[in-house]
Amino acid sequence: MMELVLVEGKARGIITRNLITGEIEKHSAHTIVLATGGYGTVYYLSTLAAGSNVSATWKAHKKGAFFGNPSFVQIHPTSIPVLNEYQSKLTLMSESLRNDGRIWVPAHKRNMKPPNEIPEEERDYYLERRYPAFGNLVPRDVASRAAKERCDAGYGVGDTGLSVYLDFKDAIKKQGKDAIAAKYGNLFEMYEKITGINSYEIPMRIYPAGHYTMGGLWVDYNLMTTISGLYAIGESNFSDHGANRLGASSLMQCAGDGYFILPYTIGDYLADDIKTPKIPTDTPEFKEAKEAVKDKINKLITINGKQTVTSFHKRLGKILWDYCGISRNEEGLKIAMGQIDELQEEFRKDVKVPGSLDELNQELEKAGRVVDFIELAKLMCADALDRKESCGAHFREESQTPGGEAQRDDENYAYVAAWEYQGDSKPHKLYKEELKFEKVELKVRSYE
Amino acid sequence: MNLDLKIWRQKNSRDKGKFVKYELSDVSPKMSFPEMLDSLNKKLIESGDSPVAFDHDCREGICGTCSLYINGKPHGPNEKTTTCQLYIREFKDRETIIIEPWRGKAFPVIKDLIVDRNALDKITAAGGFISVNTGSAPDANAILVKKENADEAFDAASCIGCGACVAACKNSSAMLFVAAKVSQLALFPQGKVEGKRRAKNMIAKMDELGFGSCTNTGACEAECPKGITLGHIARLNREFLK
Repeated sequence: MMELVLVEGKARGIITRNLITGEIEKHSAHTIVLATGGYGTVYYLSTLAAGSNVSATWKAHKKGAFFGNPSFVQIHPTSIPVLNEYQSKLTLMSESLRNDGRIWVPAHKRNMKPPNEIPEEERDYYLERRYPAFGNLVPRDVASRAAKERCDAGYGVGDTGLSVYLDFKDAIKKQGKDAIAAKYGNLFEMYEKITGINSYEIPMRIYPAGHYTMGGLWVDYNLMTTISGLYAIGESNFSDHGANRLGASSLMQCAGDGYFILPYTIGDYLADDIKTPKIPTDTPEFKEAKEAVKDKINKLITINGKQTVTSFHKRLGKILWDYCGISRNEEGLKIAMGQIDELQEEFRKDVKVPGSLDELNQELEKAGRVVDFIELAKLMCADALDRKESCGAHFREESQTPGGEAQRDDENYAYVAAWEYQGDSKPHKLYKEELKFEKVELKVRSYE
Repeated sequence: MNLDLKIWRQKNSRDKGKFVKYELSDVSPKMSFPEMLDSLNKKLIESGDSPVAFDHDCREGICGTCSLYINGKPHGPNEKTTTCQLYIREFKDRETIIIEPWRGKAFPVIKDLIVDRNALDKITAAGGFISVNTGSAPDANAILVKKENADEAFDAASCIGCGACVAACKNSSAMLFVAAKVSQLALFPQGKVEGKRRAKNMIAKMDELGFGSCTNTGACEAECPKGITLGHIARLNREFLK
C-alpha cells in the first residue's frame, strides 16, 4: 500500500504499486482493514521477515491515524547472535528453551576458553543470581536487560563479546538426552543448521534481538483507528499488550482481533453504508493520491546517489538499537534524533535505487520502506524521550530502582501516548489517553 | 573464500534469459546463501549494474518464499534445508555454484530467479481450507483426535508451500503440495465436513493451472525441505476417490 485515500473524512481506498509491472493502481472499498504486522525491522536486524515494514500503517498515520506508544518494542532475549557482517536477520530460538536451559557468562571478563572448559566456580548464572525466585524464567524484558548488562560490562562471549550461553548440560544430565531431544529436538536441529554447533554438547550462544512491537496505530474497542472506516488488527495496532507482551500473545491477538472482535464490529460500521454503491475511483481524491505516489517514487529513482538502500537501513538500525533499544536515556535519545535527521538528509541526496519504475524492482520496494522507517524512528525516539519513567519494555536509565529494576511513575505517566502527525517539518502532537484503574490496583513486578 | 557463480538472469517474462558468470571474493563461510547474494548485489549496485532479483522473506526456513535451484537441486545440496538455511560453509573455496529459478510450466519466470507461484495460492483457494462462522465462540466440538492423527496432520502442516516439489518433479506435478494441504485437514473432524469436495476441487485446479500428473517417482519427497512424505499422496488419492 503506497497511500490511503480518504473521501469525505472516511477511509475509502488505497493506492498500490503492482510489484511485477510497476503500475500504480487505485482500489476502493467501503471500509479498510490493516493487518500489516509490526515494525520490528526498523532495527534492520530483528526476528522479523525481511519484507516486513511499517509502510501501510505509517501512510495511514500520516493521513490522520494516531500512532500509539511507538517506543514500546519488545526485545526478545534468546536469539542466535550476529554471525557475520552481512547478517540480515536474527533467528529466534524459542523461549521454551529457558524452561530447561541455564543462562550464564564467565565470571571473568573476556574469558575466551571454550565453554565446556570453564568450571562451575568460574561461571556466573546471572539470572539465577539476580532473580532467585524466577531464575531463568524471568520475563523477556528483564532477561534482555540482564544480558545486555553483562555484555556491556565486558563479560559477553563469542568473538563479538555480544552473546551469552544457554546451557543444557545440567538438564541433559538430569533428564537424559532423549527427554531433551523429545522436547527441543527440532530447535536444536535448527540451531545446528544455522551455526554448525551441536548444542547437546556445546552450549548455545544467544543474544537479545528486536522482536514484537507493542506500539502501533491507536484503535478503539471496535478496532477502528482515529480515521473513520479504517481498522487495524493484530500487531499493526497498539492494543492488548500495553508496554510489555508475553509469549504467544501475538497469536492470541490475531485470533482475538481477527476471529472474535472484528467480524463482530465491522458489520456495525458497514450497516450505515448498506445503501452506498461501489466507491468510484475516478474522483479527485483518488487521482491526486495516485499522482502523489508517482511523484514520490519518481523522486526516489532519480536521486542516483552512491549508497545502497540496505546500507542506510543498517545504519538506521544501529542508531536505534544503540539509543532506543533495550535501555534508553535522555542524552542518547537526543543524539539519536540528531543522527536520524542527518541520515535522512544523506538518504535524500545519496541513495542509489537502480532499475526503472515499470518492472519488478526490489531496491525500489526497499527504498520506500526505509523512507517510512526513518520517519518512524524519529517518532519512536520522541515517544521514548517524553516518557520519563521505565515501564515494561521501555527502560529509561534515569528511572530505575537501586537494584537496577524498572521504576514506573504512575502519577505522571499512566497514559497511552497517542501521537498525531502534524506535517513533515513540525513535531507530532501528543494526546494522552489516561489510564484509570478502578477495579485493579497497580502493582510493581518483582522477580527476586 | 571465493566463489564462482553462474546465475540465471532474465529481464522479464518475455526475455529469453541466460546464465551470467560472477566472481565473488571475501565471502564468509558463516554467511547464509541469501546473505551471499546480498553481498553480490551490493557490489553490482555500487558498480552501476542491475542486482539479481530473488525471492526471500523470513530467512529462517518457515515462510516458503525462497526458491533457488542450487547446483541442480531445489534449495541446494542439504536435506531438509531451505535456501535461506543453507550456509556457505557447505561449499568449497573457488567452487562454482550454479543458481537457477524453479522450473515448471505453472511457475513462469518474472525476473532473474523469481518465478510466479500464485498457482499454489489458487490451488489452496480451491479447497485448502475449512469454512467457519467467525464473530462468536466456535462450535463446541467434543470429538477426540488420536495422537497419531494429530502428529500426522502436524507433519503435513509443516508444508511451507515453497514449490520445491514441483521444481524437482520431472512431470512438474504439485501432488505433494496438494497432498500436504489435503492431508492436514482430512485428519481432523473439522476437515471432514468439506472432505468430499476438497481433493477433487484442488486436483482439478492443479490440472487446470498446468501442473503435471503424478507417476510416483518420489523426487518430491527427496527434495522437500520439510520432509513431507509420499504417504500423504496416498491419503490424497484415497480422499480423491471418496
